[in-house]
Amino acid sequence: MSRCPSASTLEAAPIVSETVIIVGAGQAAGQAVASLRQEGFDGRIVLVGAEPVLPYQRPPLSKAFLAGTLPLERLFLKPPAFYEQARVDTLLGVAVTELDATRRQVRLDDGRELAFDHLLLATGGRARRLDCPGADHPRLHYLRTVADVDGIRAALRPGARLVLIGGGYVGLEIAAVAAKLGLAVTVLEAAPTVLARVTCPAVARFFESVHRQAGVTIRCATTVTGIEGDASLARVVTGDGERIDADLVIAGIGLLPNVKLAQAAGLVCDNGIVVDEECRTSAPGIFSAGDCTQHPNAIYDSRLRLESVHNAIEQGKTAAAAMCGKARPYRQVPWFWSDQYDLKLQTAGLNRGYDQVVMRGSTDSRSFAAFYLRDGRLLAVDAVNRPVEFMVAKALIANRTVIAPERLADELIVAKDLAG
Amino acid sequence: MTKVTFIEHNGTVRNVEVDDGLSLMEAAVNNLVPGIDGDCGGACACATCHVHIDAAWLDKLPPMEAMENSMLEFAGGRNESSRLGCQIKLSPALDGIVVRTPLGQH
Repeated sequence: MSRCPSASTLEAAPIVSETVIIVGAGQAAGQAVASLRQEGFDGRIVLVGAEPVLPYQRPPLSKAFLAGTLPLERLFLKPPAFYEQARVDTLLGVAVTELDATRRQVRLDDGRELAFDHLLLATGGRARRLDCPGADHPRLHYLRTVADVDGIRAALRPGARLVLIGGGYVGLEIAAVAAKLGLAVTVLEAAPTVLARVTCPAVARFFESVHRQAGVTIRCATTVTGIEGDASLARVVTGDGERIDADLVIAGIGLLPNVKLAQAAGLVCDNGIVVDEECRTSAPGIFSAGDCTQHPNAIYDSRLRLESVHNAIEQGKTAAAAMCGKARPYRQVPWFWSDQYDLKLQTAGLNRGYDQVVMRGSTDSRSFAAFYLRDGRLLAVDAVNRPVEFMVAKALIANRTVIAPERLADELIVAKDLAG
Repeated sequence: MTKVTFIEHNGTVRNVEVDDGLSLMEAAVNNLVPGIDGDCGGACACATCHVHIDAAWLDKLPPMEAMENSMLEFAGGRNESSRLGCQIKLSPALDGIVVRTPLGQH
């Protein structure tokens, strides 16, 4: 990029006269702020967030924060004092309504216009809404923000009936928290198993059995056609005509990337804002990071859109470095985690296109790893209470390792040595 | 408040003061101490908050649980002073603790 000083001039003198505007105040935005200062950017940073809260971690929203065991202050990525020390102008509860990529300006919903040298679109995503009669029912909720949790918490009382629409990570994590709090929980999943988009049937069945043991009712291959009832009770109607009474309904049916601003400004979008390995969009001076990006991944030779904290953090770092003229191309093995009951699921890599699953350990022991391979090459692992396998697999995936399935399955070889 | 001294890989010393109840990882991340990422926010899921505890403080810490030990097994430069910062809760008993940060977390 011609506007950026070269790395060598940067080392000599910090950049003082430029303005970076960050649109969005989630995990990628928070990381980018910190990284810009760490990389020596000394200009003005303006953080514009539609939510009226400083950047915070979202994963605990469906775990400890929902359970009430983690206060809001501990969700913050950085304490409030940090933004003062780092001289960041925080505009929270403010939305960007328009982006002019040519004039390098944004317009805010309070009418102000701000000019920038570099812009980071960290607009994230929003919970996909149900599209059926009754989708405006007052007892139907979604879970993506702190405000969403505030709306749910009052109804999380022992004995209350909770219907979860969607058996993905978010739905199952909420189910675990709610079951522990003593609610009567039903999960409705349209696919033949829970976690169908992300795991193999064996791992999915394992999670179903764990939830059933905890008293959760799991019903797969069950669609939702409507929500009936008045403000005092929701009645979830299934595809086979059954009606399930609920005091609280939460739908966790996926995420849609927030691309409207980028699209209206003429940036190339395709299931996300299209960026290169340095998080540059198709418009000069404009970068994007986090859940909203569609980005190249060298390890899988493909373009991905990921919904993950790790991706948001790494792209936040990459974009900040690129704005400072330092090339730090993104090359990461995606990884995810989920806490449910006493189980820690750690997933490394993406299993799409796998032709073989190798189990190490057994699901009965609640400690196992499912390795996904294609043509002998390790693509991904789902590790349940198996942190070493997770860490080893991450390295093997990064190196695009072809590995004998017998070795992966052989518990006589200690996990650490699988990399050898 | 608990005082913590972080010594970076290059010898830079930083003294910070943090609220009791926070973890060593949070103490580092909140104060922009380089070399500690804490990607997972303290869920013991990522091993990006690997630190070395000064020998004088090592036995004042609660012992490692299996999960922490396993996550560290694959960390670069692990030795007998290695811990995950997210698993160490700060308290008055640890006032003045000295911690060294590794070159990187990956």
